[in-house]
Amino acid sequence: MRSDPNRLRSALLALSLGIFSSTAFADTPEKKEWAVSHFTLENGMEVVVIPDGRAPITTHMVWYKVGSADEPPGKSGIAHFFEHLMFKGTSNHKAGEFDHAIAEIGGNNNAFTSYDYTAYFETVPSDALESMMGYEADRMRNLVLNDEVVATERDVVLEERRSRIDNDPSALLDEEVSATLWQNQPYRIPVIGWMQEMEELNRKDAREFYDRYYTPNNAVLVVASDLDAETVKAMAERTYGKIERGPDLPARVRPVEPEQNTKRTVTLTDERVSVPSLSSQWVVPSYNTAKPGEAEALDLLSEILGGGLRSRLYQELVVKQGIAASAGASYNGTMLDATSFTVYGTPRGEATLEQVEQAINKQIERIAKDGVTDDELEKAKKRFVRATIFARDRQISMANMYGSALATGATVQDLQEWPDRIGKVTAEEVRAAAVRYLQPSISTTGYLLPTMKAGN
Amino acid sequence: MQKLSISLRQAGALVAGTLLLLSLVVLPVQADVKIQEVRSEKGVTAWLVEDYTVPIVTTRFVFQGGSSQDPVGKEGLANLMSGLFDEGAGDLDSNAFQEKLDDVGAEMRFSSTRDGIYGTVRVLAEDKDAAFDLLRLAIEKPRFDQGPVDRIRSQLLTGIDAAERDPNDQARKQWARAVYGEHPYARPDEGTKESLAGLSTDDLHAFHDSQFARDGLYVAVVGAIDAETLKRDLDRLFGNLPEKQKSVPVARVQPKLDQQLKVAYDLPQTSIQMAFPGLERTEPDFFAAVLMNEILGGGTFTSRLFKEVREKRGLAYSVGSMLSNRRYSETLGISTATRSDRAAETVEVIRSVIRQMAQEGPTEAELEAARKYLIGAYAINNLNSSGAIASTLVELQVTGLGKDYIERRPALLEAVTVADVKKVAAKLLSGEPAVMLVGPDVEKVPAE
Repeated sequence: MRSDPNRLRSALLALSLGIFSSTAFADTPEKKEWAVSHFTLENGMEVVVIPDGRAPITTHMVWYKVGSADEPPGKSGIAHFFEHLMFKGTSNHKAGEFDHAIAEIGGNNNAFTSYDYTAYFETVPSDALESMMGYEADRMRNLVLNDEVVATERDVVLEERRSRIDNDPSALLDEEVSATLWQNQPYRIPVIGWMQEMEELNRKDAREFYDRYYTPNNAVLVVASDLDAETVKAMAERTYGKIERGPDLPARVRPVEPEQNTKRTVTLTDERVSVPSLSSQWVVPSYNTAKPGEAEALDLLSEILGGGLRSRLYQELVVKQGIAASAGASYNGTMLDATSFTVYGTPRGEATLEQVEQAINKQIERIAKDGVTDDELEKAKKRFVRATIFARDRQISMANMYGSALATGATVQDLQEWPDRIGKVTAEEVRAAAVRYLQPSISTTGYLLPTMKAGN
Repeated sequence: MQKLSISLRQAGALVAGTLLLLSLVVLPVQADVKIQEVRSEKGVTAWLVEDYTVPIVTTRFVFQGGSSQDPVGKEGLANLMSGLFDEGAGDLDSNAFQEKLDDVGAEMRFSSTRDGIYGTVRVLAEDKDAAFDLLRLAIEKPRFDQGPVDRIRSQLLTGIDAAERDPNDQARKQWARAVYGEHPYARPDEGTKESLAGLSTDDLHAFHDSQFARDGLYVAVVGAIDAETLKRDLDRLFGNLPEKQKSVPVARVQPKLDQQLKVAYDLPQTSIQMAFPGLERTEPDFFAAVLMNEILGGGTFTSRLFKEVREKRGLAYSVGSMLSNRRYSETLGISTATRSDRAAETVEVIRSVIRQMAQEGPTEAELEAARKYLIGAYAINNLNSSGAIASTLVELQVTGLGKDYIERRPALLEAVTVADVKKVAAKLLSGEPAVMLVGPDVEKVPAE
């Protein structure tokens, strides 16, 4: 919660639907070079090819449209735990062989799990792409699991939970705030899982999860490469294309939120904390659930309110009033269901947490009442579009944008039209979003507090 | 403040290799980076990689020195100063400067390390001139106005307050003091409450004047810019700086190993750190050490430590080793964290992996796999974006490895034999390391 505002801004942009679009660069000569190809294999696997001719290097990602929010009740953490198990070997390649094959050519590989998706990726010399597809297609179907590897790897994810969450008071609080913000929707459950449920996960759970979700028709292949789309397509057909389509999965309909109508607070007091901090969250629509233009307005609202050094929260609380060491806002629109909008702050010097909270609320009220200026809006729009050009400088950034968007209900066209849609947002729409969604009377606020020492 | 809750299989995202025999016949990516050395009329040099694919220009530079140059009693000066370069320069006050920067659309960041003050600017090519004007002002004429100085200082003080009861942070500080003694590397580079309170604008100006000079400067530029244009820009950016830094000499330091630190604290995990001796980059054994480290724990998914600690026994999420080469000292470090009732077992597993490496060295197959990985991974890890290329080029200049290093590097790795690695393993790993344990009941954990 004490992020460097600059860093926060780039994290935010990376999470939002930042993309490049051919329309945004209609006048520039590289338009053709950056034309993204998109097609579907016969077995239902969606494929996106992003051209990047700068070096003979390819980023290959497979995104499964399943995340922690799709887990059965009582099995929290299975999506992430299963992600670990995908590295345990298949009937064709023993455990570690895929890792070795990648290391052999100096490649990188890893995987990650979030609420709505699980992704596996390799960055390798381009002439290894078909081989990577072969391995990845193989483990989509032929994974071998036994009780011993399942038990050892479960210990690893339990240590991961201790490292990431239990060791860090602010991470513990974030987990509790999410569990309080979401009353019904599965985003209330941490991606990594609740400890007591993680401890019980077993081979049967893993097998069921695998059989249900790891099918070509539930996956999106994203390739960013110097190879042309036709070549990539032929390779994909020779590898993934051989896999039989799985049963159609039912639509991802999850429990939705009841109307939010209370103000809730969560307080964590920990002796490791010496400076207090707070964050408030609201349930807001994501790109996938919003009415046209609303998610774009929320993106711009978060940028103007608290997206960096020029934002209102930073300028007012940190620079002018001098009461905060940090203050900002964030919105992650790339979610399948409703998402959250967050504001946060840390007091500095003699200022109190209450002062910071009131000052944050006042800035929200100001926008709700008076709106934002045209100048602020234009600058925020420019920052977003510029970030999409900067993102083209890293293959994996581009692949991430397409993968996360497509796994949460967006289309390639949505992504390509995004800069235009951002461009059309009016100041009044930004104000309306603040009025509608950021009501102080229905927020969920987390307070991280130091333990009071006797005599203080 | 990341809301994403992504859980990686392993933090760090690196892979190392052991041997295999796969049907994969793939050549490593040739590090096809054409580096031009550009020298301006006033004698400022930079390494340039011209590339017009994406219309951006990335510039990175370092003034050597960093927090090791903080005067005694003024700890935190380099760090405070690096927070102030976008807070007003020339005739622009803080607000005016940041407004212009935002209009231009440039990202500008300064940071300090123990050994240098770094700057990075990324901008769309069409806005380069305007961005460079602002960068020149920041480098040449920072204002250090009282308002921004007080604000940034008090943000840093809040950070120091926040770390005060964080056991891992306090342990890190104790560790630095125990290992580096009286050397500047032992001092807190973020400063202390007392030292920060005493820093004045005069201190900042004096420090800037002494450090921002051309002889300690290394520059790399990547992107849509040609050599002739850069030549002129280099003089605009750096040409008016004094020729020589006024730095205090810093001694080389041998870290004090063979000691144990135990910080008792009721935490869900016990963290374990060890430090062994390292090697200077110029030593003939350096590449043997790089390969040894890779096999031991340098990558993650297939290293010996990864296999023994995580894969076989599920003791930890993350475990690895790293060669750390600072300007005046070097170490080989190992770190992990495990549940407290298995801390003793974890220490013993790590020790046995170390013993085995020190006594027997690597197998031929391990060496070959590590070599292939290190050769192939260089371009993918170090040259994968303008920013990564610029960082790599600056570090190559700082370490004096030469413009042709990227081409020479595969041969340097190829030349290392199993006997070389065995020799360097025995040399680095046979002694008793510094060990630090932070967690509950650590007094009872045998660390030897």
